[in-house]
Amino acid sequence: MSRNPGRPLSPHLTIWKWGPHMLVSILHRATGAGMAIVAGLGFIWWLVSAASGPEAYATFLWAATSPLGYLVAIGLTWAFFQHMFSGLRHFVMDVGAGYELKTNKMAAIATMAGSILVTLLIWGVILARPATGAL
Amino acid sequence: MGSGTGIGRVRGLGSAKHGSMHWWRQRVTAVSNLLLVTWFVFSLFRLPSYEHAAMVQWIGAPIVAVPLILMTISVFYHLRLGLQVIMEDYVHEEGGKIFFVLLLNFYAIAGAALSIFSILKIAFGGVPA
Repeated sequence: MSRNPGRPLSPHLTIWKWGPHMLVSILHRATGAGMAIVAGLGFIWWLVSAASGPEAYATFLWAATSPLGYLVAIGLTWAFFQHMFSGLRHFVMDVGAGYELKTNKMAAIATMAGSILVTLLIWGVILARPATGAL
Repeated sequence: MGSGTGIGRVRGLGSAKHGSMHWWRQRVTAVSNLLLVTWFVFSLFRLPSYEHAAMVQWIGAPIVAVPLILMTISVFYHLRLGLQVIMEDYVHEEGGKIFFVLLLNFYAIAGAALSIFSILKIAFGGVPA
């Protein structure tokens, strides 16, 4: 049977055409879970090492300013802003607004564009500034 | 699921009636995270030095130590609530679900305790700068 392309498809996960709203939804969970573990452990390590003394802190700083450390920090910066912008969008939807198809799609795209833009801005400045001290 | 019958309630099936408070606290901590983590990210970004002495001096100031402690509570509470929902959604087997939520609770409370103790130790001068 030929399908009328003007009609919606059956609502099943493997049949749905992916849209920005779906990507943002799963990104909210992925960035949240990722930050909970990676940023959480990093935050604990930072504070415990600082409280333990200069030697322990030097180990932390060495890891944080290694190439992998930078990569993780850039990733966490993006994850934070993605989760934050997506969270702000959730606040709007919590009051029952922003469900119109076009508005919803545009807001979803805006969270991703915003998070990438802010990450580029922050790390552009960090990597461009003269290397005084570490990071 | 059996929440409608007496035996279903005895077996603990159905709603625990905690959903609304979970949802609401997720939002409350989201707002406090929004303020506190944004402050934290931009403060870190603007720090002139990341060496130990400078860091200890920064963390130890009352206007830094207190928001940092509040942020720790807010963030670890928020991640506890959020990850619990993820586990409840994706771990279908009852034993595994209990195991992971238990692990999550231990992580959140231990992580917050370690962080807050470290902040207080620094703030009360327990770390020679």
